[in-house]
Amino acid sequence: MLKLQKLTKTYKTGDQALKAVDLDVPSGQVLALIGPSGAGKSTLIRCINRLVEPTSGSVMLGDVDLTKLGAAALRRERRRMGMIFQEYALVERLTVMENVLSGRLGYVGFWRSLTRRYPQSDVDEAFRLLDRVGLVHMADKRADELSGGQRQRVGICRALIQNPALLLVDEPTASLDPKTSRQIMRLICELCAERGLAAIINIHDVALAQMFVQRVIGLRFGEIVYDGSPNGLTPDKLTEIYGEEDWEATIENVEGEEVEAAE
Amino acid sequence: MPVLETEGGAVWRKRTTGQAMARWAMWLLGVAIFIWCWQRISDATTWFFVWDAPEIAGDILGRATPPRWSYINTLWEPLWDTLNIATLGTLAALVMAVPVAFLAARNTTPSALFVRPIALLIIVSTRSINSLIWALLLIAIIGPGVFAGIVAIAIRSIGFCAKLLYEAIEEIDRTQVEAITATGASRMQVMAYGIVPQIAPAFAGIAVFRWDINIRESTVLGLVGAGGIGLQLQASMNTLAWPQVSLILLVILAAVVVSEWVSAKVRGAII
Amino acid sequence: MTDVTHRELDDLIGRRWRRPPLVKRTWLRWTLVIGGVLYLIAAIASVEVNWSRVYEGLERGWAFVLAFTSPDFTSRGDAIWTGMVESIVMTVAASVVGILISIPIALGAARNIAPLPVYMICRGIIAVSRALQEIIVAILLVAIFGFGPLAGFLTLSFATIGFLSKLLAEDIEAMDRSQAEAIRATGARWGQWIDYGVTPQVLPRLIGLSIYRVDINFRESAILGLVGAGGIGATLNTAFDRYEYDTAAAILILIIVIVMALEYISGIVRAKVQ
Repeated sequence: MLKLQKLTKTYKTGDQALKAVDLDVPSGQVLALIGPSGAGKSTLIRCINRLVEPTSGSVMLGDVDLTKLGAAALRRERRRMGMIFQEYALVERLTVMENVLSGRLGYVGFWRSLTRRYPQSDVDEAFRLLDRVGLVHMADKRADELSGGQRQRVGICRALIQNPALLLVDEPTASLDPKTSRQIMRLICELCAERGLAAIINIHDVALAQMFVQRVIGLRFGEIVYDGSPNGLTPDKLTEIYGEEDWEATIENVEGEEVEAAE
Repeated sequence: MPVLETEGGAVWRKRTTGQAMARWAMWLLGVAIFIWCWQRISDATTWFFVWDAPEIAGDILGRATPPRWSYINTLWEPLWDTLNIATLGTLAALVMAVPVAFLAARNTTPSALFVRPIALLIIVSTRSINSLIWALLLIAIIGPGVFAGIVAIAIRSIGFCAKLLYEAIEEIDRTQVEAITATGASRMQVMAYGIVPQIAPAFAGIAVFRWDINIRESTVLGLVGAGGIGLQLQASMNTLAWPQVSLILLVILAAVVVSEWVSAKVRGAII
Repeated sequence: MTDVTHRELDDLIGRRWRRPPLVKRTWLRWTLVIGGVLYLIAAIASVEVNWSRVYEGLERGWAFVLAFTSPDFTSRGDAIWTGMVESIVMTVAASVVGILISIPIALGAARNIAPLPVYMICRGIIAVSRALQEIIVAILLVAIFGFGPLAGFLTLSFATIGFLSKLLAEDIEAMDRSQAEAIRATGARWGQWIDYGVTPQVLPRLIGLSIYRVDINFRESAILGLVGAGGIGATLNTAFDRYEYDTAAAILILIIVIVMALEYISGIVRAKVQ
């Protein structure tokens, strides 16, 4: 369903973040993207919905080449790609409900969104989603009153209300504690299964990735160096992705990795 | 911080000899400039009058007290005008400052090469010139009165508000904007959902802050004929009616204190 | 538990949703809205605008805008030159004196350094200086000292004290106590304590604020001439009175350029000291 062909990104500084990446994601597949900081994980995700403009190559979503679209058509296609962010990226001074409804912005007109008169079906769907993630009683709270885990749940609702075919997830757990991290990962994977969504999850916690996904992509210096099942990630493979380290301890000791990831 | 090697061993100094000399030269130059400036002021001053100053001050004070309290009844209308000049002027300025600020902020300007310099020019030129000068100019153009005062206050405030606002816009959290963009929102929607909520508190703060300043400034606009309580001040000074002058000054002081109190309250409520 | 939340959800489905209002109390919200609208109507109604006069003025306004394209620096060159020099002289002298006086007053107005009586006196001075606008102070000082730059110089010095002392005192009050305590613990005298414990913490801000104040003083010095307190304002006033827009434009351009230069310098200096 999503097909990247020779996707390349060279920044103005001359750094080549992505080197002709080819990737094929069938619909309904959840895959994890792992790799060291600076490997180009974030750039890859942002090149797909063109928050970062790719230098060359193509991104096929279904039959549409996203890299060729004009502004209006791009906005229409962005609706099919929900995005979840590392620091939640909620608009902090808006209420939870407004944040969720902002996922519908691509569908409603400017005046409707300005006066907050969303169609009743959108409002109902927002309540259903908030109920699904257990936050329906928080609907009228301001987003900055919420805890990290709660904010990420709102972020998930915002992505899902777009009614997407694909989720782009950028380090969903990097700012969360180990327990909340697992809950959030579980929630994302459950929701993808319920709705038959494909997802690309950027994550630098290898153990957490292995726990939840069917397929792992390893990225190093903008190139794919591993593509396979989570079980195939041997210490040798990890060394190839991340560099030399004692991997046996990392794979087993999930908490230790988390503390580092919390930055 | 150098360490000098002398016969008596290493001596620590804060600066090398050269640095110390340069600093002394700078200080000397500064003092020389100041003395020259003072000389010029002194030359332009009739010192004979200055030696008289305490006497004159005492004389004025004697005439100005007690204030003519009954005069207050003629001051209500100019006070109302003063309030209107400040409020309407601030509102008009905000309406014009918002687009200027968006054009001037690096992250929202449509063109950093052409539009941004123009917006910055508007900001710096309206900001550099005092509202009294704007009032003078507008009186020459559209005649004396409250309207000229409103326009003067509005123009003077554009640059001030736009500058603070565009700095606030440049400091917003970019990921929130990114998140709204990623939903497929249009440019205007990104503005309304991603940027406006982030700068709303700053905007309210700037508005109240500027309103407070404008109350002060509009009390003196009348000195050049642009309406408000300053007109009465000017008239009383011209007729040497010192008891009225002292009352007007007291009223202006009270207005300034009240406006400061109001703006502090409102700002407290916003934050 | 699940049952309860699901019933909550069932209640919500199909209900309209509105953003919670900014002001929660209904009566207060409506009072504010209606009061605001009524005030605006009353205010706008009370402004008398002579539209025909404004219309006539548009032509002059346009002439003035055009004057900016051909400013006349020469025909009143002498007056402009002496006025500008006087403004700058007043700015420099008043800034130096104002800053020098405001430092001890700021120390006195910081509650964590000064004893209460000193604190009250210094705060009083600051309050008086801040409450009186420059132009009003200038009027009084001109009445007392006569016309000329001395009145302007005194006005600006006085205004500088209020501005600088207040901000500096707030900065001193907000400084890091432990650094100051560490110096005191070495057995330093009061003067040494100020020199080593307080000054290094507030000096960058003092420099930044001082330069900012120089900028303000220059801008203010341009209007003091309107009431006879020296500077370029008198020349500007004359130019407006005689409808010599090209001369006025020349003066305004000079003011803008000098202010821009000052802001540029202050940017560099502030980046350096911080």
